[in-house]
Amino acid sequence: MNAYKEIILNGTWKQNSILAQLLGLCPLLAISATFVNAVSLGLATILVMLLANLVISGLRTFIPYEIRIPAFVLVIASLVTVVDLAFNAFLHDLYLVLGIFIPLIVTNCIVLARVEAFAAKNGLAASTLDGAMMGVGFVWVIGLLGLIREFVGQGTLFSGIEMIFPRAHAIQVLPESYPGFLIAILPPGAFLVLGFMIAGRNWLDARANERQRQWLLEQRMPRANTASERG
Amino acid sequence: MLRVLAALTPGIAAYAWFFGPGVLIQLGLASLTALLAEALMLKLRDRPIWRSVGDGSALVTAWLIALSFPSTGPWWLVVVATLAAILVAKHLYGGLGQNPFNPAMVGFALMIVAYPLMMSRWPGAGAAMDIGQAGALIFGSHSVDTVTMATPLDTLRTAMHGVETKLSVETFLQSRPDLHAAWKWIAAGYLAGGLWLLQQRIISWHMPTAFLVTLIALAGVSSAIDPSAFNGPLFELISGGAMLAAFFIVTDPVSGCTTPRGKLIFATGVALITWIIRHFGGYPDGIAFAVLLMNVAAPLIDMYTQPKVFGLKDDQGSRHD
Repeated sequence: MNAYKEIILNGTWKQNSILAQLLGLCPLLAISATFVNAVSLGLATILVMLLANLVISGLRTFIPYEIRIPAFVLVIASLVTVVDLAFNAFLHDLYLVLGIFIPLIVTNCIVLARVEAFAAKNGLAASTLDGAMMGVGFVWVIGLLGLIREFVGQGTLFSGIEMIFPRAHAIQVLPESYPGFLIAILPPGAFLVLGFMIAGRNWLDARANERQRQWLLEQRMPRANTASERG
Repeated sequence: MLRVLAALTPGIAAYAWFFGPGVLIQLGLASLTALLAEALMLKLRDRPIWRSVGDGSALVTAWLIALSFPSTGPWWLVVVATLAAILVAKHLYGGLGQNPFNPAMVGFALMIVAYPLMMSRWPGAGAAMDIGQAGALIFGSHSVDTVTMATPLDTLRTAMHGVETKLSVETFLQSRPDLHAAWKWIAAGYLAGGLWLLQQRIISWHMPTAFLVTLIALAGVSSAIDPSAFNGPLFELISGGAMLAAFFIVTDPVSGCTTPRGKLIFATGVALITWIIRHFGGYPDGIAFAVLLMNVAAPLIDMYTQPKVFGLKDDQGSRHD
């Protein structure tokens, strides 16, 4: 059970594919201009990662070590094709917006990295969970990035939601007269916001480490001793 | 830094004389924002507040931003740019002396990318308005179309690249002699302030000279070859804040080069890139982008232009590595 907890924590925070490993930045920066686009691509990526880890983990004893990379790519490419065709069939408007970035999931280095580093060495359940959790880590980061960029850039939330739920509408949070902040929607805005998010993660981690250090120190030293030293 | 502010006043006076007091309001806004942002960051960083705020470096940044922005733009344009300059470009990189990019130019570049339209609406000359009108434009209504116009660089650019109207520099300048005169006087004001800074030995001659000579040479040669497509040297110098850049922006002691030869290369590069962006790029003026690009190159230039250490042989002293 503890091992599964570790996998979940690694995927969503400690080894987060974006905030910690800085992998797969191309789709992240290109598609995060609005929340809906970001999360849609993120969900497609989760699906591919989960299935890829599942299939590779199942096949890992049959794939010869020397040609494992071509074999992995073949499996990932087939799965991406499935997702691509499914998007085209059921969410056609969204498919037109996301365009080349759905087929490009196949080149997303997170997918291959998790297959190579985890699924090829671990059992079915653990591998599937790892793929899903790494995907969740990708989704919440790209979703938050999309949320911030869309809010700052055009003052709305969930614009383009009608592409998925035809009844729903985007929410105009800031007044109509808000002039927009174009740079947030342009690529430099993606880099800037991502930079702040990574800084925020590092700050949280540093604070947590400091707290733990303090806690350990207090555990080790008798309280009276530290008090006299301070005095 | 206070003497730099003093050196800016002739240019500001000319500016306010020709275009009305809008620029003074913008200067006030930018200064207030800069001082508050500076104090806030110093407090967050546990630094002595009064000594650092008092050095005036934040004010110089604020004034450069206010002067390079259109003087009748909405108030938040200058405020957001100043915040970005002080909070992000200056203090997140470690404060005065540590910032690799010129803070004022970061603010300018951010806003011209975000609001290209608003950033290119300048007041028309001769439309000298009183302080109430300027205030209304800056703080209130959106009915600015009546008194604003594109910058000379912008107009000329559109005219030159347009298919139907090919208009030469001479005809453009003849059509707007008032504007031409106004920008000439403002540029003269900056020149006077800059020369005083040189005389006070606050800036060295390298950067302004290299910048102006490069710009004049490029404009002279290109306009001699094809006068219908390129601006003459005089137009190039008086428009778009080239004079302000030569003496006050390029010469930033923190983000530019520090060695004498490096300074020459740095300012030449800024002028070259400015000229290229003005004529072939997507934005009407490229000084901010040129400065930022050369800021990136500054450490490398400095490394290769270290002056020889006195007493060392050539092979040892030419580079320190």
